[in-house]
Amino acid sequence: MEAVTDFTSALVLLLNFIVVPGLSYGSQLALGALGITLVFGILRFANFAHGDTMAFGTMITILVTWWLQSKGVSLGPLPTALLALPAGILLTILLLVITDKSVYRYYRQRKAVPVTFMIASMGVMFMTNGIVRFVIGPNDQRFLDGERFIVRARDFKAATGLAEGLSIKVSQGLTIVIAIILVALLFWFLQKTRTGKAMRAYSDNEDLALLSGVDPDRVVLVTWIITAILATIAGTLYGLDKSFKPFTYLQLLLPMFAAAIVGGIGNPIGAILGGYVIAFSEVIVTYAYKKVFIYLLPQSLEPEGLLQLLSTDYKFAVSFVILVLVLLVRPTGILRGKVL
Amino acid sequence: MTNTRKTQLAFAAIAVLLMIIGFAQSWNVSLGILNLCLISAVMALGVNMQWGYAGLLNVGVMGFAALGGMSAVLVSQAPIVEAWNAGWERLFIAAFCFGGTIAATVFCYRKLAPGRNRNLALTLVIVAGLSLTRVFLDPAISSIEAIEPAKTGFLGGLGLPIIFSWLVGGFVAAGIAWCIGKVALGLRADYLAIATLGISEIIIAVLKNEDWLTRGVKNVTGLSRPVPYEIDLQASDWFIDLMRWWHSGSLAAIDASAGQQALKQFVIDGSSIFVKLCYTGLFAGVLIVVLLLSVRALNSPWGRMMRAIRDNEIAAGAMGKDVTRRHLEIFVIGSAVIGIAGAMLTTLDGQFTPTSYQPLRFTFLIWVMVIVGGSGNNMGSVLGGFLIWLVWIEAEPVGVWMMQAGTGWLDESNALRLHLIENAQHMRLFFMGLVLLLVLRFSPGGILPEVVRKQKNTV
Repeated sequence: MEAVTDFTSALVLLLNFIVVPGLSYGSQLALGALGITLVFGILRFANFAHGDTMAFGTMITILVTWWLQSKGVSLGPLPTALLALPAGILLTILLLVITDKSVYRYYRQRKAVPVTFMIASMGVMFMTNGIVRFVIGPNDQRFLDGERFIVRARDFKAATGLAEGLSIKVSQGLTIVIAIILVALLFWFLQKTRTGKAMRAYSDNEDLALLSGVDPDRVVLVTWIITAILATIAGTLYGLDKSFKPFTYLQLLLPMFAAAIVGGIGNPIGAILGGYVIAFSEVIVTYAYKKVFIYLLPQSLEPEGLLQLLSTDYKFAVSFVILVLVLLVRPTGILRGKVL
Repeated sequence: MTNTRKTQLAFAAIAVLLMIIGFAQSWNVSLGILNLCLISAVMALGVNMQWGYAGLLNVGVMGFAALGGMSAVLVSQAPIVEAWNAGWERLFIAAFCFGGTIAATVFCYRKLAPGRNRNLALTLVIVAGLSLTRVFLDPAISSIEAIEPAKTGFLGGLGLPIIFSWLVGGFVAAGIAWCIGKVALGLRADYLAIATLGISEIIIAVLKNEDWLTRGVKNVTGLSRPVPYEIDLQASDWFIDLMRWWHSGSLAAIDASAGQQALKQFVIDGSSIFVKLCYTGLFAGVLIVVLLLSVRALNSPWGRMMRAIRDNEIAAGAMGKDVTRRHLEIFVIGSAVIGIAGAMLTTLDGQFTPTSYQPLRFTFLIWVMVIVGGSGNNMGSVLGGFLIWLVWIEAEPVGVWMMQAGTGWLDESNALRLHLIENAQHMRLFFMGLVLLLVLRFSPGGILPEVVRKQKNTV
């Protein structure tokens, strides 16, 4: 009997420290990587400004959240930020459409090489970053309110009688639910609507799509709108789950790129898969397994060290190593993306 | 306007700006900016080699600069004998295991036929090798870090004069660049960019966390200097005499006791300016050497080949040029130059703080320098380094001043006004982005565009 409880305890531990955080972080990365992959598929460049687009959208959401909170508006158990999201999305759409009209369109008309777009996106990154830091400052901001947990560790222990607790934060639950809804909507849009089909056609073969009467301006506009929606929601969810700091969002660029490329860049399903692959590898590699083995092994074999493969500070290294491995072994990504 | 004319004008303008800063703020500030301009120019030259000559997109400048900084620590700090004694055996075994793992991996990769068996063997070799390394490395690290963690807690360095580290920094950066280049240079431009971005983040993470090597976030302060200390200068007779001679005009005008006081102040001010001037001399020397070599290289057959590869890889390949090898070559050389600049920067700061390496400042700002100055043109990069650094530094006081002037109609304690003034410094990021985009759009060649030499007709 004790063996069974120990085994369940070990499972609960893994669930609590690997599966739940991995799922929520993976969903955030997947949403971010979807934006990168869409821009890559349609506009054909790696968008370095994506992290700062996320930061911008989140910043607007935070500001509106604070305003709502000061008016006494709340969503009860859910965070008020959900109410503020539409405002964040709208302004981010505005930002992206303005940058497209003022920056990228010129190069598109000149049929510039992708590298020029990339350097231009660095300029956009600088500007967006400047705006974000100017408005909200470079420091940590917290804007989570409402209920904090769906399942509390203490309640879980009391209910099951196990030694290990399982806790699920509201932000984690929300992330997973919203990610599923968004992805479903996106795929419905891409597969079933006229505009979505036009986008896929444009991504697949630009000349052929233009010949068939696809309006390129419209496709580009819709791409930026979808990117803005995904980026704002991903950024807000990440901010709710952890905290908002402009610099962290700049650093998220690397795992998001990794996710998009690992899954197969230009391929939306690949981006989602890549997001979870990167997130789970980060969590799995940086978790200290000592307690799990204490439950699983007999007492005589108890481990001495923490049994942590890599310290948490090296999580970037994990996404990077996976990225390099995939690029070397299968350059098109797990699900074949565009051959680059 | 020809490029030579533009170069003269532009550098004259920068000299005037520095003079204005010298007179309006102080010569100390002006020289401080000039020193960092020189370092930025060297860094920009390195990036220009990679991007301007060969079209390689290196977004990991920060990492190579940090490697140079690390070399400054490892060369100049005195060795910590206790720490070496505590851990050297296990450290060497660990290094041996790590090297063995890499060798075995490469061996398996080359000798086994591609397929499931090779993948399995590779995984096994890597996992086993790294685990073995960890077995020796972990206790070595903990025993090294246990030695006086508040004061040292790391291995220390070689105890050599810090000026050697500029060379060593170049070599270390070149070595790492070779490893990265071997893996990433076969990829196309955007992937190389993302790969280098990742590498630079990893290098910074290593420097922050491997306390036994660099003390990590505890920082290494008080690095030795290649130039005299202010305090020694103030006590030495020749320097006081020099100051007396320099200021003899103003000293003669006042009486003796006031003259003593004034001389004392002159010596204190003079010493810090003297130190900065020494640095200026050293950095300018490095810049001139690197610049001369770059100009020679760019105009040589080798430079022409590089540009040919950049402009059309396929054609150059068809002419028998080994594109990947040449790319690796230029990637290594450019990174070495960035490493040298990184070591110079740490030398100037006198301390090594891994947390101070931020991609916006160390990677993307250098990129702005190269693009604005003129990619493919060495003088352009130097100019970009000077100009952008000047703007970057002076944008802060100017921005705050403008905010103060612009919000003058608001109350002193108005929250909006305070917020605007407090955050005005971040507008320089916005401004830099704007400059980059404007140059990219309206003058894609930069201020000093690349000179394309026309072949003389020899019919």
